[in-house]
Amino acid sequence: MDDVLVRSLVPGVLGVLVRRGADFAAAEDAVQEALVEAVHSWPAAPPRDPRGWLVTVAWRRFLDATRAEATRRRREETVADEPPSGPVPSADDTLQLYFLCAHPSLTPASAVALTLRAVGGLTTRQIAAAYLVPEATMAQRISRAKRTVSGVRLDSPGDVATVLRVLYLVFNEGYSGDVDLAAEAIRLTRQLAAAVDHPEVAGLLALMLLHHARRAARTATDGSLVPLAEQDRSRWDTALVSEGVDVLQTALARDRLGEYQVQAAIAALHADARSAADTDWVQIVEWYDELVRLTGSPVVRLNRAVAVGEADGPRAGLAALAEVDDALPRHRAVAAYLHEKDGDRTTAARLYAEAAALAGNAAERNHLTRQAARLNSR
Amino acid sequence: MAKYLMLKHYRSTSKSLDCAPMDQWTPDEVSAHIQYMNDFAAKLTESGEFVDGQALAPEGTWVRYDGEGRPPVTDGPFAESKDLIAGWMVIDADSYERAVQLAGELSAAPGPGGQPIREWLELRPFLGAPPTITE
Repeated sequence: MDDVLVRSLVPGVLGVLVRRGADFAAAEDAVQEALVEAVHSWPAAPPRDPRGWLVTVAWRRFLDATRAEATRRRREETVADEPPSGPVPSADDTLQLYFLCAHPSLTPASAVALTLRAVGGLTTRQIAAAYLVPEATMAQRISRAKRTVSGVRLDSPGDVATVLRVLYLVFNEGYSGDVDLAAEAIRLTRQLAAAVDHPEVAGLLALMLLHHARRAARTATDGSLVPLAEQDRSRWDTALVSEGVDVLQTALARDRLGEYQVQAAIAALHADARSAADTDWVQIVEWYDELVRLTGSPVVRLNRAVAVGEADGPRAGLAALAEVDDALPRHRAVAAYLHEKDGDRTTAARLYAEAAALAGNAAERNHLTRQAARLNSR
Repeated sequence: MAKYLMLKHYRSTSKSLDCAPMDQWTPDEVSAHIQYMNDFAAKLTESGEFVDGQALAPEGTWVRYDGEGRPPVTDGPFAESKDLIAGWMVIDADSYERAVQLAGELSAAPGPGGQPIREWLELRPFLGAPPTITE
């Protein structure tokens, strides 16, 4: 049984239940139960129509739960056995689910968890493992999230930008468990791109594909980080690169620029360079200027300073860096890099050591410590 | 979302706040203190922020490698216990501000007379996973 194929049916099935009048939280539980049942019974008896099977079983589970609830409250039958006929599930249902799971009333962590379960079809156990928290904690986080959005009408319009932020978080932040979060984020973004025609959705998909293409080259065999300039580019996945570039070009042709398209354009310029030295840094700086204009983000200004250092030399990079808030994480790491390029190894070594002490993750800290050690040992 | 370690030290109860050591409290006060800790952990599970927590025995041993083929050297326990760790809790919080707020709540655990003991807790962020997109 193809797990990913089955999970791709989840948003549609959930959409049908909600259209038939089930409340979102109960429908979501019912779909999860149907998935568990599918795992047990499909290997021996694969259904001809997997989606129809899931709808039937999930609806039955929903009715059972509703009846049990009704009995508990000693009420009379509340729900008709005959499912009301509803419109055929459409791309709109899927889109509404994305909006609901990324609703602005949710914290980022709750939106991520709810999206992975209700849209992605992952189990609570898998999501808990991916974020290194106990299953009970994740179960509570998800049910609180469902309660938070329970009053939101599923057909109320949402903002694609909030959905994109959640998918970006899934792609960019998470540990590696038995669920490949980056691959899952790409799958969910593809599915979203099929449901809505929006250049920024395409931009985010392109960004993910172009970064995912470098995955094999990004870590050494000992697990340490390999910086972009030192990656073995022959290990980049050329199929993902060309797909990412195609998706991006189609989006850019729409002439509705947004931050994800610009980030993807920068990643595409890196993908296009046969070596670090071949990189078109001048064009990358221009894209960063665009990105500063679009976002005003200090992190973008920091990354821009790196690009300026490559395009116009380390002095220009340091001048650009002087304009950036030095409290930012990675500010010292960038300063160290530019000072070393400028020939000031002593300052660079000191800054690398300071940067290591401020790093937010162990891989980056170890990398920065090695840089300081390399400069100090000569 | 980031994980934080909250470290509870033995010293804080006896030193910083004129609070008698726990063995001089009434049994009910001890029970109320422990119940507060358990309730706090249960509340964090319910809010989706609890990761793990344990209490530690006060007596520890220092251990050090002593060369090939030799048993490790051990030392201690030491009478000087002011920096001993009494227990720890790991939380998964949305922000640093939220982590500080939760540590403050834990520090309000009741002591003698049911008053908050206001012990110092040490809050340490975990080093997380590296982000994929950095440029």
